[in-house]
Amino acid sequence: MPGPAPDERIRPEGRRNTQGIRVDPEAEVTHEPRQAVLSALVKHRPGVLSEVSGLFSRRQFNIESLTVGPTSEEDTARMTILIEEPEPGIEQAKKQLQKLVPVVSVSELEPEAVRRELALVKVGGEKPDDVNAVAEMYDGQAVDASTDSVTVEITGSKQKIDAAVEAFRQFDVQEIVRTGAAALERGPNTLDKDD
Amino acid sequence: MSERASVPKEEADEQETESEDAAPVTTGAQSVVRALENAGTEYVFGVQGGAIMPVYDALYDSDINHVTMAHEQGASHAADAYGIVTGDPGVCFATSGPGATNLVTGIADANMDSDPMIALTGQVSKEMVGNDAFQETDTVGITQPVTKESYFASSPDTVGDNVSEAFALADEGRQGPTLVDLPKDVTQGETDIEPKAAATPDTYEVQEEADDEAVQEAADAFAAADRPVILAGGGVIKANASAALRELATEYEVPVVTTMPGIGSFPEDHELSLEWAGMHGTGYANLAITNTDCLLAIGTRFDDRLTGGVDSFAPDADVIHVDIDPAEISKNIYADYPLIGDARKVLRQLFDAMPRAPEADAWREQCQDWKDEYPMEYEMPDDEPLKPQYVVETFSDLTPDDTIVCTGVGQHQMWASQFWEFTKPRTWVSSHGLGTMGYGVPAAIGAKLAAPDQEVVCFDGDGSFLMTVQGISVAVRENLDITYVILNNEAVGMVRQWQDGFYEGRRMASEYPWIPAFDKLAEAFGARGFRLEAEEDVEETIQAARDYDGPSVIDAHIDPGENVFPMVPSGGDNGLFALQEDHLEML
Repeated sequence: MPGPAPDERIRPEGRRNTQGIRVDPEAEVTHEPRQAVLSALVKHRPGVLSEVSGLFSRRQFNIESLTVGPTSEEDTARMTILIEEPEPGIEQAKKQLQKLVPVVSVSELEPEAVRRELALVKVGGEKPDDVNAVAEMYDGQAVDASTDSVTVEITGSKQKIDAAVEAFRQFDVQEIVRTGAAALERGPNTLDKDD
Repeated sequence: MSERASVPKEEADEQETESEDAAPVTTGAQSVVRALENAGTEYVFGVQGGAIMPVYDALYDSDINHVTMAHEQGASHAADAYGIVTGDPGVCFATSGPGATNLVTGIADANMDSDPMIALTGQVSKEMVGNDAFQETDTVGITQPVTKESYFASSPDTVGDNVSEAFALADEGRQGPTLVDLPKDVTQGETDIEPKAAATPDTYEVQEEADDEAVQEAADAFAAADRPVILAGGGVIKANASAALRELATEYEVPVVTTMPGIGSFPEDHELSLEWAGMHGTGYANLAITNTDCLLAIGTRFDDRLTGGVDSFAPDADVIHVDIDPAEISKNIYADYPLIGDARKVLRQLFDAMPRAPEADAWREQCQDWKDEYPMEYEMPDDEPLKPQYVVETFSDLTPDDTIVCTGVGQHQMWASQFWEFTKPRTWVSSHGLGTMGYGVPAAIGAKLAAPDQEVVCFDGDGSFLMTVQGISVAVRENLDITYVILNNEAVGMVRQWQDGFYEGRRMASEYPWIPAFDKLAEAFGARGFRLEAEEDVEETIQAARDYDGPSVIDAHIDPGENVFPMVPSGGDNGLFALQEDHLEML
């Protein structure tokens, strides 16, 4: 075929970064990952969780936690999804989520939203008083005790629970279970009203 | 072949109202069929089986035509092609288990190309679900990632509604496949409830028109461009926006590049057409895309086969992106001016909002220079074997404008798209996003039934053809006048081309010297077979195949050394396309 070879052709100056954003030739601009709390109202019906989690896994969104539970409306459930992604990824996650048919609405909560997770920690039962003392330091409480073990409940931010779990390590931790974060926006706004 | 395919829309509507007087439904299966009738279904492509039998039984009393396919994959591709050509969802049936899994390839294919399609699968009875019963699979689970929505029908009273909703969902907004899984006890179960009219669920919202202010900003930016380009994707065709596209492009004199699925959205014989861009697109389309300063992209998802590496894709351009699906905005290429809406409506909005035409005389000249510099050509020395490009070009010259071209996937697909001159929408039926080998044979069947008055040709490769060759039996039984042309190079040629270019010529598992004599195979199926080897026989053979009233297969033995050019290596820079093998080494 005729025509100049590749290295003899007109070339533009510009460039895009890996996120498809046009960049200044002098400066590489990429968005660093940040954490986002997505709150989604979904139709409460079988298969929704798998649809949402499947979406996140096949699109390779970096998911931190996902919690789901019923709301005050009988046919609606709320999911709280923590993801860590660069800005375009967060936008994309929101749009893809919104696109799922059973999803009613999606919004990103402000960083100052109320966020809580729950941990149950089962430790050895040799020093119940010491366990209780540590639990109180983290506003937790023993919820089950036997001769061999004590189970403590802690509620709070991820950091607080991390710290509590660390503190319990001195008591021969036998089992830990943690939920992901559940979150609500501060103030009077609700997701339903936003719609 | 049924005559219903040619029933005009108005008459079809009348038939719809007639069905209101039909006998009331008594079973879930009848409700399923009623929902299909209400939605205007004329054809269903499928394969019988244990779990879907109640639905077939209900179909016995319906005016809907059922086409028995030789394999469920073929049913899904035929339905997909039917959807592409008509614009309305194609319908396919399969039984549970292997029937349903065989449909998955076609469903995934439709999903990637946003083709309207609805799949109905049989399922074991509800009380058996989860017990690994005979021919049970989790069809909803398997298909969820590749459908707009997959439904598990839970009751005879609502199964018809499920089908109606799935139908509406496949068609509205960004089109795509939906699936309804039908447990046998649900379809066998008694009900006297008629299905509701087709409507999407209330959580599904489609924005039809773009925000006026955003349109104005985009129009101003486009009008101010020095090097504007319109990039028309498959969404233009899906939205029936070809006329609106032509109006905008010709009124404001802007060069038009299409994507591969967008082929046919703008006439390739128009002076503003630069044909299609991407890995094997024309050099001039790729140079225009690379050097534009304002790209109006409509109904494209910026697939990597189009963009090459995103860092070098239209690097100087402000991007105006028109799409019905908000999730496509800034997914792969950042949109400076996102316009969410139906392509036809937004193009109309843009047309009205343009303050003036871009001053782009020099740019248009530049584009013309590129067309002259890098024409789509191939060499045809006298002593060489047959050139595939020549076969395609000759066929294109012989046929009317509205001829529908179907393909498999591979080198033949690229030659067909490069050397056929497309001037009308819905005449190019191919597997783009998923790149499904074997798509061609059944797709041509769906296309022919969708448009019985139009000529249908299918270009296939020897490897691709072999994957769904059993579909020829269906074309014979239905007496479909389709011309299959196998561009036979005794290889999966595209793989071999990559092996030669990027794997030091180590041709692992890419050469097929054991393929059958396709002309004889065609005859064995009851079709007409032709063997084509010499350039001087091309026109005569094509004419003979076209003249034959029924399916014919031309086994065209082409130059095995021929490769597809231009080529942009995977993830490469569109402006640096290779025109020949040794250019690849420069890149």
